[in-house]
Amino acid sequence: MKKWDVSNIKSWTWRDLPVGATIPVGGNADDYETGGWRSERPVLILEKCTHCMLCWIFCPDSSVIIKDEKMTGFDMVHCKGCGICAKECPTDAIVMESEEKFRHEGDK
Amino acid sequence: MPTTVAITGNSAIAIAMRQINPDVVAVYPITPQTSAVEEFSDYVAQGKVTTELINVESEHSAMSACVGASAAGARVLTATSSQGLALMWEVLYIASASRLPIVMYNSNRTLSGPINIHCDHSDSMGARDSGWIQIYSETAQEAYDNMIQAVRISENFDVLLPSMVMMDGFITSHALDRVDILSDDDVKGFVGEHKPAYTMLDPEHPITVGPFDGIGGFYFEYKKAQTEAMHRAFDVIEQVGKEFEQLSGRAQPIIEEYRLEDAERAIVVIGSTAGTAKDVVDDLRSKGEKVGLLKIRLFRPFPTKRIKDALKHLNAVGVMDRADSIGGMGAPVYMEIRSALYNLDTRPIVQGYVYGLGGRDVGKTDVLKAFDDLAEVQHAGEPSDIVKYIGLKE
Amino acid sequence: MTTLKELSHKEELLTGGHRLCAGCGASIAVRSILLAADAPVVSGVATGCLEVSTTIYPYTAWRTSLIHNAFENCAATVTGVETAYRSLKKQGKLPADRELRFAAFGGDGSSYDIGFQSLSGALERGHKFVYVCYNNEAYMNTGIQRSGATPLGTWTTTTPVGAAHTGKEEHHKDLTFVAAAHDIPYVAQASVSHPRDLINKAEKAFQANGPAFLNVLAPCPRGWRHESNLTVEVAKTAVETKIWPLYEIENGEWKLNNRPKKDRPIEEYFAMQGRYKHLTAPANAEIVEAYKKEVARKWSRLMRMCGEKE
Repeated sequence: MKKWDVSNIKSWTWRDLPVGATIPVGGNADDYETGGWRSERPVLILEKCTHCMLCWIFCPDSSVIIKDEKMTGFDMVHCKGCGICAKECPTDAIVMESEEKFRHEGDK
Repeated sequence: MPTTVAITGNSAIAIAMRQINPDVVAVYPITPQTSAVEEFSDYVAQGKVTTELINVESEHSAMSACVGASAAGARVLTATSSQGLALMWEVLYIASASRLPIVMYNSNRTLSGPINIHCDHSDSMGARDSGWIQIYSETAQEAYDNMIQAVRISENFDVLLPSMVMMDGFITSHALDRVDILSDDDVKGFVGEHKPAYTMLDPEHPITVGPFDGIGGFYFEYKKAQTEAMHRAFDVIEQVGKEFEQLSGRAQPIIEEYRLEDAERAIVVIGSTAGTAKDVVDDLRSKGEKVGLLKIRLFRPFPTKRIKDALKHLNAVGVMDRADSIGGMGAPVYMEIRSALYNLDTRPIVQGYVYGLGGRDVGKTDVLKAFDDLAEVQHAGEPSDIVKYIGLKE
Repeated sequence: MTTLKELSHKEELLTGGHRLCAGCGASIAVRSILLAADAPVVSGVATGCLEVSTTIYPYTAWRTSLIHNAFENCAATVTGVETAYRSLKKQGKLPADRELRFAAFGGDGSSYDIGFQSLSGALERGHKFVYVCYNNEAYMNTGIQRSGATPLGTWTTTTPVGAAHTGKEEHHKDLTFVAAAHDIPYVAQASVSHPRDLINKAEKAFQANGPAFLNVLAPCPRGWRHESNLTVEVAKTAVETKIWPLYEIENGEWKLNNRPKKDRPIEEYFAMQGRYKHLTAPANAEIVEAYKKEVARKWSRLMRMCGEKE
């Protein structure tokens, strides 16, 4: 899918807009960061994980990353820290920890 | 080969729709549009079109389905009137903002209350801010011609705005008139293939139609873009009109100037009353009075320059409105004509007349009253801010 | 039914980066439903939380084509898109192998109330599309006002609790029954708390030979007044207290999908949510009784319809 460059959007005039107020691409909200909403973040304890996929299906923000049917971690660019994954994990393989803890480490 | 037939205005629309053969029609019946829709439904039932017809459950859903179908890349036609147009009001704005080339026949009927199924222009005048191209027809022939041209006008990439084509409800929609019908091939060739500006049906290229525009958004700019499209529409409408004239032999003027050139006073009017008024002009002319008529065919975009040029030499202009703006300074057409002439160094006196509301009949005597009153106004030299009434029981 | 593991290979059709609240039930529902489709989906969405938060210009979270028209006409709009697809395909203007599925998403505000007519007309006309009501039992986007889906006794901002009135004073509509009364091929009630059930139903809905209707309970942390991590728990409790039964109607055959193993007291459901905190007061015991009676009545009725013994 071709990319629609909106990096300069603040300087757009009526001449630069796509016709009909449409967004001419799909899924570009992926470029928008909502990770900054968090006050706590999920942390995976991989040894406890049974890869049941429940955290993935329950995540409202599509922020659980599954690769080859295995839970691998979280998308920190988008995760809002709602805590549903930790609450629903049947083996307590996810814990919520304060963002404060990670303040100096940046987004890992 | 064109055929000359005696048909009603609604039949003419139904035939035009059949010949255009749109991909989708989503429609709801309302008097006096109904027979046009019924006849088109007959064509669908007989397999004479490939149109998918959606008989929706309200006019709001009709325009909503039209928006969906057009956004999906289909050529879409529909029809309504009065309360139906009023019910779909919010979606009209959305259709125009989404730049969808939907073409709609609106059979001019007054807006309730009280409920009245007869003709006036309050319905389409109420939609004049919605961003739709508005073309008014005097006769069944014009309605047929306008419907076909509207498809080319709306779909033009410089325009991409929906169009509504009007004719007077019952007066023109239900009366038998002589209409020259073009051949199916001619119409098919004239409208051509629909090339949509965008489509929702390509999964490789998904789009979002109707996103949320926030406080830091571009609503203002999108309205400007629509306005620019309206301005570009003038050239397109004239060009399409010239092509249509070549095909049909009938000129398609944006405004019709009837014996205006050396006139001293004139009436401006929209719709079937123009026919009556032309007769009155001829009668007065035969008595040596220098009178003329301006019939407005294109109301949106409003042809300011053309109107200014047509009327500037007159001493007095009487604007007959078949609608009113209650509490406004005057009725819709009167206000726009008056404004159009305001910047002239020497400008005609403009007098407004409201007539024919709720289907109140207007004959030659009524139009004559307007011309006579206009003569008095012209003679007195004092413009009146007060709109006068013709045919009112007062 | 496709397993979660199998589904995890599919491309996510609702991306992250939307502005729905943390813990929003609506996006959980939409993600599952879109993953269940067996062909590319074209979606419509009504004005509401989902629409406003996932399409903030210039960003869209939808990898499907999406149309938003107005508040009350999502169903009608999608029937227009679906009809265009059929027409263009029939005329050879679209490739013959282009298979598409159509989905319309509306909140309970749009589905139960202002868009009720549009929904009903679309179902009656038999278009092949899936209508999804993401049900958070109030007009959440405009500030938690009551809807036709709000149950008895519920606090909302237009049915607040005070000396003269205590929450909503009417029972809510049963929109799932109304949809079933249209005799469409597939109708189901589902919940974000039971994802395998929801996905199974969404799969059936997309494969139905005509209109399908899904009423999905999607709690709202903001409006229901619970912590953002409890969305799934609250929905689960609604199912386990029989407040929100899971059932389906396939070609007129009613089937119960979930029979709670134990009878959880409804008080447990109320206790989880601030919107019901007034119901702990002794003065409001009558409302609680009326609420319970209604749940029991509807459960009995559902048992009869499904041919189950209570």
